[in-house]
Amino acid sequence: MAPPSPPAPLPPAGRARSQRRVPWRRRRSSPSRPALRARRLRAPHGRDCIPRRAPRPAALRPSMRRARRGAARGGCPRMPPRQREPRRGPGAPPRPAPPAATRPAALALVTLLSFASRFHRLREPPHVCWDETHFGKMGSYYINRTFFFDVHPPLGKMLIGLAGYLSGYDGTFPFQKPGDRYEQHNYVGMRGFCAFLGSCLVPFAYLTVLELSKSLPAALLTAFILIFDTGCITLSQYILLDPILMFFLMGAVLSMVKCNSCADRPFSASWWFWLSLTGVSLAGAMGVKFVGLFVVLLVGLNTIYDLWDLLGNLSLSLVMFGKHLLARVLCLIFLPLALYTAMFAVHFAVLNRSGPGDGFFSSAFQSQLIGNNLHNVSVPEHLAYGSVVTMKNLRMAGGYLHSHWHLYPEGVGARQQQVTAYLHKDLNNLWIIKKHDSDTDLSDPSSPVEFVRHGDIIRLEHKETSRNLHSHQHEAPLTRKHFQVTGYGINGTGDSNDFWRIEVVGRRTGQLIKVLRSQVRLTHVATGCVLGSSGKTLPKWGWEQVEVTCTPYLKETPNSLWNFEDHINPKLPNISLDVLKPSFAEILLESHMVMIRGNSGLKPKDNEVTSKPWHWPINYQGLRFSGVNETDYRVYLLGNPVIWWLNLVTIGLYLLITVATAVALKRGVQLTSELKELSRVVLHAGGQITLGWLLHYLPFFMMGRVLYFHHYFPAMLFSSMLTGITWDALLKFCAGFLSPSTTARKVYGGGFLALVLLILYSFYLFHPLSYGMIGPMASHPSSPMAGLRWMDSWEF
Amino acid sequence: ELKRGTGRGGGAASDRMLGFLKEPVVVTAKINVSLVALTVMGLMSRLWRLCYPRAVVFDEVYYGQFVSLYMKRIFFVDDSGPPFGHMLLALGGYLGGFDGNFLWNRIGAEYSINVPVWTLRLLPALAGALCVPLAYQILAELHFSHCAALGAALLILLENSLITQSRFMLLESILIFFILLAVLSYLKFYNLQKHSSFSGSWWFWLLLTGVACSCAVGVKYMGLFTYMLLLATAGLHFWHMIGDQNLSNVSLLCHFLARALALIIIPMGLYLSFFYVHLALLYRSGPHDQIMTSAFQASLEGGLARITQGQPLEVAYGSQITLRNVLGKPMQCWLHSHTNTYPIRYENGRGSSHQQQVTCYPFKDVNNWWIVKDPGMQQLVVSNPPRPVRHGHIVQLVHGITTRYLNTHDVAAPLSPHSQEVSCYIDYNISMPAQNLWRVEIVNRESDTDVWKTILSEVRFVHVNTSAVLKLSGASLPEWGYRQLEVVGEKLSKGYHQSMLWNVEEHRYGKSQEQKEREVELHSPTQMDISKNLSFMAKFTELQWKILTLKNEDTEHKYSSSALDWITMDTNIAYWLHPTSGAQIHLLGNVATWASANAAALLYLCLSLWYLLRRRRRIYDIPEDAWQLWMAAGGICGGGWAVNYLPFFLMEKTLFLYHYLPAVTFQILLIPVVLQHLSDHLCRSVLLKSMFSALVVAWFSWVYFVYCTFSPLTYGQPALAPAELRALRWKDTWNILIRKQ
Repeated sequence: MAPPSPPAPLPPAGRARSQRRVPWRRRRSSPSRPALRARRLRAPHGRDCIPRRAPRPAALRPSMRRARRGAARGGCPRMPPRQREPRRGPGAPPRPAPPAATRPAALALVTLLSFASRFHRLREPPHVCWDETHFGKMGSYYINRTFFFDVHPPLGKMLIGLAGYLSGYDGTFPFQKPGDRYEQHNYVGMRGFCAFLGSCLVPFAYLTVLELSKSLPAALLTAFILIFDTGCITLSQYILLDPILMFFLMGAVLSMVKCNSCADRPFSASWWFWLSLTGVSLAGAMGVKFVGLFVVLLVGLNTIYDLWDLLGNLSLSLVMFGKHLLARVLCLIFLPLALYTAMFAVHFAVLNRSGPGDGFFSSAFQSQLIGNNLHNVSVPEHLAYGSVVTMKNLRMAGGYLHSHWHLYPEGVGARQQQVTAYLHKDLNNLWIIKKHDSDTDLSDPSSPVEFVRHGDIIRLEHKETSRNLHSHQHEAPLTRKHFQVTGYGINGTGDSNDFWRIEVVGRRTGQLIKVLRSQVRLTHVATGCVLGSSGKTLPKWGWEQVEVTCTPYLKETPNSLWNFEDHINPKLPNISLDVLKPSFAEILLESHMVMIRGNSGLKPKDNEVTSKPWHWPINYQGLRFSGVNETDYRVYLLGNPVIWWLNLVTIGLYLLITVATAVALKRGVQLTSELKELSRVVLHAGGQITLGWLLHYLPFFMMGRVLYFHHYFPAMLFSSMLTGITWDALLKFCAGFLSPSTTARKVYGGGFLALVLLILYSFYLFHPLSYGMIGPMASHPSSPMAGLRWMDSWEF
Repeated sequence: ELKRGTGRGGGAASDRMLGFLKEPVVVTAKINVSLVALTVMGLMSRLWRLCYPRAVVFDEVYYGQFVSLYMKRIFFVDDSGPPFGHMLLALGGYLGGFDGNFLWNRIGAEYSINVPVWTLRLLPALAGALCVPLAYQILAELHFSHCAALGAALLILLENSLITQSRFMLLESILIFFILLAVLSYLKFYNLQKHSSFSGSWWFWLLLTGVACSCAVGVKYMGLFTYMLLLATAGLHFWHMIGDQNLSNVSLLCHFLARALALIIIPMGLYLSFFYVHLALLYRSGPHDQIMTSAFQASLEGGLARITQGQPLEVAYGSQITLRNVLGKPMQCWLHSHTNTYPIRYENGRGSSHQQQVTCYPFKDVNNWWIVKDPGMQQLVVSNPPRPVRHGHIVQLVHGITTRYLNTHDVAAPLSPHSQEVSCYIDYNISMPAQNLWRVEIVNRESDTDVWKTILSEVRFVHVNTSAVLKLSGASLPEWGYRQLEVVGEKLSKGYHQSMLWNVEEHRYGKSQEQKEREVELHSPTQMDISKNLSFMAKFTELQWKILTLKNEDTEHKYSSSALDWITMDTNIAYWLHPTSGAQIHLLGNVATWASANAAALLYLCLSLWYLLRRRRRIYDIPEDAWQLWMAAGGICGGGWAVNYLPFFLMEKTLFLYHYLPAVTFQILLIPVVLQHLSDHLCRSVLLKSMFSALVVAWFSWVYFVYCTFSPLTYGQPALAPAELRALRWKDTWNILIRKQ
């Protein structure tokens, strides 16, 4: 065992960091290292035992300070007792020093409870619940290798698919709508996988809090809060992305905190391990949902703070600082990026068959998918007069330029033939490119081929109805400020309003126009407006197809850009579309654009009641996971109200404590060493966690998309950790005022016990929310939940 | 070297009464001539030929209608911001004796004789002119040299976009004036802090900061950004004071309270007072009434107040009522029914109950009347004494004209198949029983025994059999329903939403026993005699909420732009075009200034980063006080730019170039800061210094040249030939109007 360290004066708070940070070379040769290493090998959770940059916060009386280094290892399992017990004298504030075996035992207990609570009644209900209909279906798509589109990055769904595949699910269940029974299909594997990851959150949070506050009660409180929160249990029990996201998120936070603790031994194996694990977790979090970005921000801010600290350390040479910087760039930027790219590579490699997501992607992309009509076809590359073509709008799900034998109804512009955008492939999407000034039969094989060039003035004739694409200064049916687009003329003979100038984005006059690749703009010659699709759906008379207008606002948006998809011209040689194969970088970029647009497209409709961010922390309204009626098996996602309101109150308390502490420190109030230690935990550890909470909560106020209650759960994890830290500090602070140590200990222990009992009792009350209720609704007196509907907005 | 203070009396006589007779009266005055000259130049540049063009220019068409409404005292709601700016514009109209009679219908329309164009445009122009001396003083208060301050003022003076925006009836120049005033007063206050806390001038500047901030916020919500910046600055400065051990706790508390009073309480009070004046001025009902709740409308003279005057307050069994949906979206409407029935089969093949339609109808109509009936009694008149309906009571609602009962049942609604159809029950003898009992739930009740009140109570109707809630779905029915709005029974009511709330608007106690008599009674207008008085706070809360939440439909505008276009000025706005000569006015910045401002901001950022990193390694390139100056100037000017610009990236509304003007003003102030720093600290030798000065002079003449070049587009005169206009089109993206020959 390491000998007790010589007495060292406690550094003042301001200088503490730089003093503790000894250059690593010297530290490596310090005499205590071998002993440490030996202990680490024996300890079951060795990583806990590395010497910490920060000293143990547990309220130490002054005489204990002499043994600070020793005490810092107090959590290590084989601490000799003489360093702890005998030194506690009368008048000392309580020190919840756990016996040697407590920590691993506590971790084991917490983990066990967590797994038990998440896996309990995992099979129930044996039907599709809530968003399982999406994510289960997407897992099936991976097993069937069918291409689909989703607004989230692929990792989460790939993992679900993998879990299903490994557990023997064959991908045949349709996941049509919530409430469909699984029957013989094996769904437990996928649920079990999510429950497993969800169970890991508790030990992760436990270890994070332990690392930050060095206080076992704080960590235990956090763990109990998360174990017995009905919301966290429910969200972990189904095939959803959230447990996967939160797993990576908490993994990143834990590794970040662990890595910070290794800061006094940079470039050691464990330092590298935690640093790269942070990077891996970040990639995972980003790969599941874009909200993972918030934890990336958290880690980024922490890293900047860290680097700033290192830069101010003059004993560190600039070369060393460069190494630090490089290591972080490598592990926190390049490694996650590489992993993130790799998961998209796997995603595209696995999904190689045409499926329901094709229409969202560009023509070039579609040519990659087996079964798509663009796959393995060959078309002439350059457009010529007389070609028969289809034009696809470049906005997401933009549709093909379309016309049909129907007129605009009375009162909607001129009563001419409708022109729309149509999402499906159809003969009415075909148009013939003609010269504007001659109507010679271009299909005559003897006439020479004449290519269409950038800047040419053309006429587009609808193949089925022989009307020309036409526009004029009548207002468009829905977008009143745009002009109406119609089909006009008989057998191709119209007027000068049928002339369009064809331009390719970023080209010069005279260049040829390529199929699929050229982004084309059609400018109406007479009025100067540009052909575009507004994206609005026409009423019944327009067969609910998408409106096409001519916009006088010359803005470069995908709405007014088109590309040519099909191209038929027997006089031209065909080339294979493989020549046009998009590169992986292009595919990656395109899929991100589509995802981002899809996300921002999820706008709430008018009159729709949506969840507001301010609802969440007060547990205002839950989500119905399964069942509506009295006879149904009902599961309702709602946080344990006692826990959530405790969390809410704690945030206010924490702010008060922080302000008081910060002002006291700034005013130069002389604090005892215990209080100093406590204030460090409150300001530093609490600050880190609060930052996490803010980063995972505030951005939702600025989002325009539809929001749901479950978006709050990542923030709730941080909030729970803050609760653990704050109440521990608060109780210690209160206990510190009581003079006999026994009373102080009683107050501390009693307060802690009361909180735990409160949590347990509230869980006993509300557990049917997660584990299912059958029978009358809560408003009925005979219901098991009778009297528990504390807010009118809860629906169970 | 520069001191302010004009007309400061230096008379020595004070002790003896007649002392002044023995000594000559001496008045010494120090006048900063450059400041006066700048003010005069500012006034000249902004006020020169202010009446030209005598036509509606750009957004005058928008603000003008509000000025007219103020003149006529007619109530309106403008969702673009709080009313202080509008009131200032109206003040101009009031001073000029404007009677409000002008039709603001299109840009370019000639003003008639009765419109006092000069006074209407005067206040914005004055505000714009005063920005020039303000810029000078801000730099002086930041402890920069006279030359730097002069440079800043001249750059503001020669900024074409600020001139254009100041010369018309628009709000930006007023906003910028108040923002700069707030910044200046805070700086003055802060500089006084060191020697003379709690002195008279200390209080004056502190209070002026708060007042200017609330005025800025009162003009446009954009002012909030600068307010926040100043609050943060004040917070930071106070935080430093906390660390000062020389200050006692008590004096610290006094300092804190003084700041809280001046920077938070007073601005809030002033902001409220703007609304108070606004509501006091506008007491007549007008075109925007219908956005507001019935209670609010009833408080306005004319309009609803005339109809609802003297209605009985408490709804009783037998009351005849009209029910208005509280949401008011997509339009205000009243619960309605008529003899037509739902089609047996809808177009998509789904069936209906074929009972009488119930809709929500946006116009007043006799078919909007309903009678509240006690399910246990047959009579449809109010007994004597009336039995009021309370929260939780179960009622039937009888349609007045057709005497059918409001009903809902487990049949899918026509357009929202997840909800129940609501109908007036017709008994077809097909085993579909009447389910016409509704529980009245007063949502804004104070106790559970509250009485259902006319106009004031917001009520949910919960269907007794199915616990569905009567709701406006917002969809409009097809031809068979006369495009009226669909009303449904919402089964899974997710919380409270305004579309489920209804209030009684018109109300009278029914007297007629017979249906024929009743029809006559329903057709006759209601008339009774109490008026509803809302408290100011209730009115304020409602109006404020409406201003914040009212959403105009997403309008695309020819000159709208994205925030990214502004920084390089890739966009312009055509404000006005002469109908014949081709003279035109554009909002177009001084290219030279904008480019230099961008360069200055970039340089500032790079230099700061460089210094910061070096200081962290304990290498001090510039003296400590120079560093403090540099950071303070950057905090105010750079920070002002950032807070007034970056938030626009998060906004989804239609954006225009003029939104960038407050930000660009701050950015321009950064130019002399950077220039002086370069000359003081980076030009080490005398030769370098003089070369640098020469460069600055050359650069400044370039700024002046660009100002002159574009001044025809700024002032709208003289008219330019097409070739000259083409030559002014320095960027392809600028939309300068060139007439086809």
